[in-house]
Amino acid sequence: MAPDAAERIAIESDADVVTARQRARALAVELDMPSTDQTLLATAISEIARNITTYAERGDVVIDVVRDGRGRRGVRVVARDEGPGIEDLERALTDGYTTGGGLGLGLPGARRLVDEFEIDSTPGQGTTVTLIKWARRG
Amino acid sequence: MAVPILKQGPYLIASIQSALTDTDVLQLRDDVMAQVTRHRSRGIIVDVTSLDVMDSFVSRSLRSIAQMTRLRGAETVIVGIQPEVAFAMVQLGMSFEDVQTALDLEEGLALLQAADLGP
Repeated sequence: MAPDAAERIAIESDADVVTARQRARALAVELDMPSTDQTLLATAISEIARNITTYAERGDVVIDVVRDGRGRRGVRVVARDEGPGIEDLERALTDGYTTGGGLGLGLPGARRLVDEFEIDSTPGQGTTVTLIKWARRG
Repeated sequence: MAVPILKQGPYLIASIQSALTDTDVLQLRDDVMAQVTRHRSRGIIVDVTSLDVMDSFVSRSLRSIAQMTRLRGAETVIVGIQPEVAFAMVQLGMSFEDVQTALDLEEGLALLQAADLGP
């Protein structure tokens, strides 16, 4: 099998947010992910990609297929920006906390929608969010 | 892409056709408010059947539309939330408690008409 190519989507406008979630869903379809999981993944990407346009103005989302030790496949999404970063990660992951005028559900909500969620942020340098949704079948 | 808004008697029907960008959603909000005023509408149905994702921004915006139109004396009903989308909204923590919803367009119209005939 050919290695799975990663796809990079530049995030600069709200239309790019839509593109990112559509591409990720297409990949999830290829992995035979159930439609509910496709929707959870697409929604999570929408949240983290919007954080890029809201807080950092621009960044990118890289989508690829990963495998765990048991050969199970999943869709991995890495959203990166070089924006202001997050001062207090713990608070940013708390429901209802926002500095952007929204509902404060973006990061904590996205975390609940996927199987694996990691966030790395340095104030003044940027933020990277990595999430994975595993396909149930191998 | 702009969302078409049809006038049907005292009601407006906004039928979302495809994935919405944030700009489209805000445009919809402004268009609905303008048309409620122009037509003195008593109810609005927003049909989201074709939306495969309702993230926090879309949800919050639809809730704003419902609250804003209520202040103008018109009720908004959101119809056609897909089962997967409903699941994702609940996981996300997005509650629609203060927004009227119905299964589909027909049920939504029935809800508005019942409210109109009410006490």
